Amino acid sequence: MPDQSFQSEGAIAGTGMGGAMDLATSEAETLEKTAGGPAGTGPAGRPRSLWSDAWRDLRRNPVFIVSGLIILFLVFISLWPSAIASGSPLKCDLAKAQQGSGPGHPFGYDGQGCDVYTRTVYGARTSVAVGVCATLGVAILGSVLGALAGFFGGLGDSILSRITDVFFAIPVILGGLVLLSVVTSNSVWPVIGFIVLLGWPQISRIARGAVITAKQNDYVQAARALGASNSRLLLRHIAPNAIAPVIVVATIALGTYIALEATLSYLGVGLKPPSVSWGIDISAASPYIRNAPHALLWPSGALAITVLAFIMLGDAVRDALDPRLR
Amino acid sequence: MASAPATASAEPILEVSGLYKHYPLTQGILFKKQVGSVKAVDGVDFTLRRGETLGIVGESGCGKSTVAKMLVNLERPTAGSIKYKGEDITKLSGRALKAVRRNIQMVFQDPYTSLNPRMTVGDIIGEPYDIHPEVAPKGDRRRRVRELLDVVGLNPEYINRYPHQFSGGQRQRIGIARGLALRPEVIVADEPVSALDVSVQAQVINLMDRLQNEFDLSYVFIAHDLSIVRHISDRVGVMYLGRIVEIGKDAEIYDHPTHPYTQALLSAVPVPDPEAREHRERIILAGDVPSPTNIPSGCRFRTRCWKAQERCAQEVPALVVPPHLRGRGGPEAHDSACHFAEAGSVMRSAPGQVVPTEAES
Repeated sequence: MPDQSFQSEGAIAGTGMGGAMDLATSEAETLEKTAGGPAGTGPAGRPRSLWSDAWRDLRRNPVFIVSGLIILFLVFISLWPSAIASGSPLKCDLAKAQQGSGPGHPFGYDGQGCDVYTRTVYGARTSVAVGVCATLGVAILGSVLGALAGFFGGLGDSILSRITDVFFAIPVILGGLVLLSVVTSNSVWPVIGFIVLLGWPQISRIARGAVITAKQNDYVQAARALGASNSRLLLRHIAPNAIAPVIVVATIALGTYIALEATLSYLGVGLKPPSVSWGIDISAASPYIRNAPHALLWPSGALAITVLAFIMLGDAVRDALDPRLR
Repeated sequence: MASAPATASAEPILEVSGLYKHYPLTQGILFKKQVGSVKAVDGVDFTLRRGETLGIVGESGCGKSTVAKMLVNLERPTAGSIKYKGEDITKLSGRALKAVRRNIQMVFQDPYTSLNPRMTVGDIIGEPYDIHPEVAPKGDRRRRVRELLDVVGLNPEYINRYPHQFSGGQRQRIGIARGLALRPEVIVADEPVSALDVSVQAQVINLMDRLQNEFDLSYVFIAHDLSIVRHISDRVGVMYLGRIVEIGKDAEIYDHPTHPYTQALLSAVPVPDPEAREHRERIILAGDVPSPTNIPSGCRFRTRCWKAQERCAQEVPALVVPPHLRGRGGPEAHDSACHFAEAGSVMRSAPGQVVPTEAES
């Protein structure tokens, strides 16, 4: 419906421009147009804002609904894995190693004779925790620092830019081997901390660039001329117009962080067995890919669907925050 | 049609004197060394009276927009003062500056970048009330925004729409409504119609004219389109390379220009009548505008002026009524920064290095 009204609006505006030879006619036309008001604008009494409009838009977006349901499901099984998987992920029987699916064990067994289904369900907790927490940490730290640097510029900006250069120069794997090998705790937090530490410069750079682009717009100058404070300029005018690239990169990064956790676990510096994670399972199953591909495919498939769900969610949110696409 | 002529006795609302804005040019990455400066605005003086429209014309890069930004305090001048009702606003900050901002508002050139694409029209026009909550109580704001939409000729039902759903002219009306929200006394319009279609330009200009009478506004109207400036202005100032070279009532400037630059500028105005076009002669200036980093000594226009003499390189001409025209009175006797100011309507033949229009093509 809003699309329709926009189209008719454009058509009227077009004729207004075309028949512009006579000023009086054209002005009358404008007034008529403004007085008429096409249907479908919605009631004008209720104030609307970017966020309420975005939410209205999202609720009707099938991409958002599907990805949202997948993510809700993931969160659910992360919190209560036993609800859909009755066994224990650590109960393994070497005699059944690499066996295919059987009754009660739909995904079959992995190289250690553990049930792949149970391990995939239980692995969600670690992978989702690493992906979501690391992405949130990176996005918040990176975008706050980048936005402040881009907005205020000056010495602070120069210093921050040099610091991001230093972090970019650290190879991820080498950094992980060095930093995480000294950590003895077998929880997800050191891994998340490490990813945030190395990941923020990427978002910070993107946020800084987007803020510098946005702050040059006249509407920022206009708000400043009205007497708007720096926090209002940043939060109301710059952030909504600079957030799109951050959302895109952050949702793509979420997948790579889950994969990075897998890589680190494979190298023995991330989570160690008996922890259960998709990363551990993927790396453990990869030597047997010819004999038991199912042991690799199920956790990898779960990982792919998770990453896809978050990317779709990011995409939908980004589009909903851009009124021009409505 | 023309706005109410401001009498000379009306009180001055803005007094600009000795306004300078120099942007430093630096070299070096770590240890910055100033190697020169861009003299964007280089000594501008003018007075704006209550209810008056002052037009400022000049070619691109002459410092018009920088003057506008300094008037609304988006840029701090290097030197000089801008007095609003006797109070110098260039040194204000914090609360005092915010209070002054209420009274001096700006309309921007490009209606496509001056409205936040992610805010509804209601939020854009209502934002001034969020920033200055003392102007309107919270419950009253929506009503005021609808009123403003109505005042600028837009349907108040459009309050929940986004800027991209409007045409350029409508967007500029939204920009004007935002400027009016705080009931300012002065509106600085920086090329408000340059980005619009010609037909829409007239609508917006007429709207601004009507609002001036309705809200008792004073305008500083910046443009490069001479005919639009003439239409709306009571007085006109001509800028060249960061300085006003001639200023006076619109008829004085347009019909009796005495500065050679103004004469050359006016001779470039397109003439719609082909008959008259045949007979008119154009003054083609030699060379380019000098770089604002390296302004000529004496009169800044001398490098391109056909009247230039030894004296022009030595003495900076003051922006005053030229002594030899002072005695005569009449429309020629207005401020003109030229040692050899001389009346010469462009439509008649201008003296000096005059080239017929045909020679150009």
